[in-house]
Amino acid sequence: MVNLTIDGIAVQAAPGTLLIDAAKQAGIKIPAFCYYEGYSLQAACRMCLVEVEKFPKLQAACTLPVAEGMVVRTEGAPAVKARKTTLEFLLTNHPLDCPVCDPGGECELQDMVFRYGAGESRFTEVKHHVDEKQWSPVVYYDAPRCILCYRCIRVCDEGMGVNALGITNRGAFSEIVPNMGDHLNCDECGACIDICPVGALTSGTYRYQTRPWEMEHTGTICTHCSDGCKTTLGSRNGEIVRGNNRDSSGVNGEFLCIKGRYAFDFVQHEERLQSPLIRRNGKLEEASWAEAINLVAAKFGEAKGNTGVVGSVHTTNEENFYLRKLAMQGLGTPSVDHQRSGDVHTLLDALAGKENALAAVDDLYRAKAVLIVGADLSEQHPLLAFQVRANVRHHQAAVYTVTPGPVREDKTSAKAVRCAEANLLDGVRGLADELKSKGDLTILFGDAIKGQAVRDLVAFGDSLGIAVKYVCLVDYSNSRGAVDMGLVPGEGGLSIPQMLAATDLAALWVVGADPLAGGGLASKGAFVVVQDLFLTETAKRADVVLPSASAYEKSGTVTNGAGEVQRLVKAASVMGAKPDLEIFGLIARAMRIDVGRAQNEAIFEEIRKTVRGYNVPLPVIATGGAARTQPLNGRLGSIPDPSQVRSARDTLFTSGALGRYSKILKQVVEAPGALYEG
Amino acid sequence: MTFSPRLETKLARLLESYPKGRERAALIPMLMYTQDEVGYITKELAQEVAKRCGVTTLQVDEVVGYYTMLRDRKMGRTHLQICTNISCLLVGGEELWKHACSKLGIGHNQVTADGSISLEEVECIGACSWAPAIQTNYDFHHHVTVERLDKIIADLRKVQ
Repeated sequence: MVNLTIDGIAVQAAPGTLLIDAAKQAGIKIPAFCYYEGYSLQAACRMCLVEVEKFPKLQAACTLPVAEGMVVRTEGAPAVKARKTTLEFLLTNHPLDCPVCDPGGECELQDMVFRYGAGESRFTEVKHHVDEKQWSPVVYYDAPRCILCYRCIRVCDEGMGVNALGITNRGAFSEIVPNMGDHLNCDECGACIDICPVGALTSGTYRYQTRPWEMEHTGTICTHCSDGCKTTLGSRNGEIVRGNNRDSSGVNGEFLCIKGRYAFDFVQHEERLQSPLIRRNGKLEEASWAEAINLVAAKFGEAKGNTGVVGSVHTTNEENFYLRKLAMQGLGTPSVDHQRSGDVHTLLDALAGKENALAAVDDLYRAKAVLIVGADLSEQHPLLAFQVRANVRHHQAAVYTVTPGPVREDKTSAKAVRCAEANLLDGVRGLADELKSKGDLTILFGDAIKGQAVRDLVAFGDSLGIAVKYVCLVDYSNSRGAVDMGLVPGEGGLSIPQMLAATDLAALWVVGADPLAGGGLASKGAFVVVQDLFLTETAKRADVVLPSASAYEKSGTVTNGAGEVQRLVKAASVMGAKPDLEIFGLIARAMRIDVGRAQNEAIFEEIRKTVRGYNVPLPVIATGGAARTQPLNGRLGSIPDPSQVRSARDTLFTSGALGRYSKILKQVVEAPGALYEG
Repeated sequence: MTFSPRLETKLARLLESYPKGRERAALIPMLMYTQDEVGYITKELAQEVAKRCGVTTLQVDEVVGYYTMLRDRKMGRTHLQICTNISCLLVGGEELWKHACSKLGIGHNQVTADGSISLEEVECIGACSWAPAIQTNYDFHHHVTVERLDKIIADLRKVQ
């Protein structure tokens, strides 16, 4: 360790630590615009200049490694004077219109000028002005506000692997330019906006909507893909106006994709259902909750065990658990199912008895080698792809891709193998010798690997003789939770295709799913009840439609694809819609069925006691952390038919039914996007 | 996009002079040489150079935006560059500049209507000892006076 003194405090730091980081460890915050942890060094802004004894000039703390016996003063008169001068220069062309500037109140330049009291300027020249530009529906750029810190360029190049931003001209005329000349073609993730210290890059959906201090900020879990990113939703009067990641405590740190940052707009879509509907004379008409619930209860009472129940991949663990219990114990039907998008069951079975064989999101950042089989990670699982990129950047991890087409990971991979989905395992086997030499390996696989192929993949992993962890990639925010809560057919129960094909099914209960989108229901007389946000294809066929609340309008827990349980926190409310759990409770009460209280905390306690792997520490969940489930304690009793595992193959710009009601996802030029285009 | 055989040979030699995997080091000279043949950095040229140097087109645009000697639009057949930096300024560079502007009827980075001459006010061109200095394409002219400038312009028009 290296010993040094910063502002009179004795500090110890590992050799090679940058002075700015060493100071941070000691609780001393050296100001900087261009320096950003995790990205390459720039040394462009000159804000972090500090005095170092025996150095004739001030030194940039962001690029200076610590040295033995170094004596540093971070806030001495020379450093403060230099910073004031830097700020004076930054403000020469910067508009001084903070009261009407979008990031006012969240602007690092504003904060710095305030901190150093650099309010005076000797420049009397006319400011160089350039008009603001719109680069995409979500990104605006205002060049005069730009302080040229290069943060946006680096987060796009290094963090996202997109390389969509560059810088042109020089000196006072320098400005950031998008890759298509006058517009962007990129992931539209908005990371550049989030990382911008000033108001140069602003969000097309949020700008000039509100002031940051007028919002309520709610850290909850994104309801789109299965990566389980935490998104901080800023809401005003119960309406969500912004998604970002200011609460960087989630598994995603600061990362969000377009879905997490912008695609919350389905919540306020004008087609949201806000009243129960009952079919009268062949037409769906608005009805009261009491009427609708009583009708459902009466019909379910008649149908009893001849009811098919289809659960959701977006509802909470509590809801899924309660739905299964209500269906199996209350109605007495074993026909419970949901659309599975990855063969988690076979993986868990194949890994029976092994410990630490399931990778969490964090493991992708630490694994020495990563093998991606049959998935376009950057498109389908942007957070996992971001973690792998960071791993390559920081730890030189070896990445291998075995996919049917080119993927973004190829660029940084040690080897990219192309093979058809049917022979992915052949491609994997060809890598055996190389993989053996790595210290450990994490394997991610998509829905093409299912049934016996999963067992073969695990057998391959075992044959390598190194520690191997797996992630079975699934589609949506609680796809994994639906599996874990057992939304699969019980003894003698029907699967979804069997329910649709059964000619004598008396009732079909669909919660947040759209099984009839692809075809009709064979049983013409079946009483169909649908709980959903929108009038889906299935809802159009329903006899009763109950408007349900989205994940952003309720609390509970969800489990991401890597098996981490996280808490949802209510951020918005839509009049007329009820959380599915509340609806289940109303139905149970009307049917006089007692399967326990329909209340989140009580059900989660039951989940912790009865669902294997879910005995997670409550404080982790309660404080908004991600708790890993460890379900590997024995063989599974029965495994549902792997042939029904099917991913929707969503891209960055589609998100199943929710995506259809997100205007922003459809507005961007890249939509709908495609997999395997590199 | 292909270039003349002579330029292709030159570019091939250029790429060989850097270690393998460092083709991007050839970016600036390659832009210079190809600009001399093509006239200016067209979109197509930027893409071609990007491909050959293994960088993105955006990175080529960054370099073209940064260096004034690389141009993203068509200039005159002769590019007349007049230095008004300190050494030249002290001995009449400014007067040369004003004279050229009024004589040609164009300003900084503009082209005459017939496309023969373009004008650029440049910073130091490294000929301070012989100030005031001007440059026509790659040719230097030293100790230039207003009269000599007139003759240079007349000669340029004659040649064309």
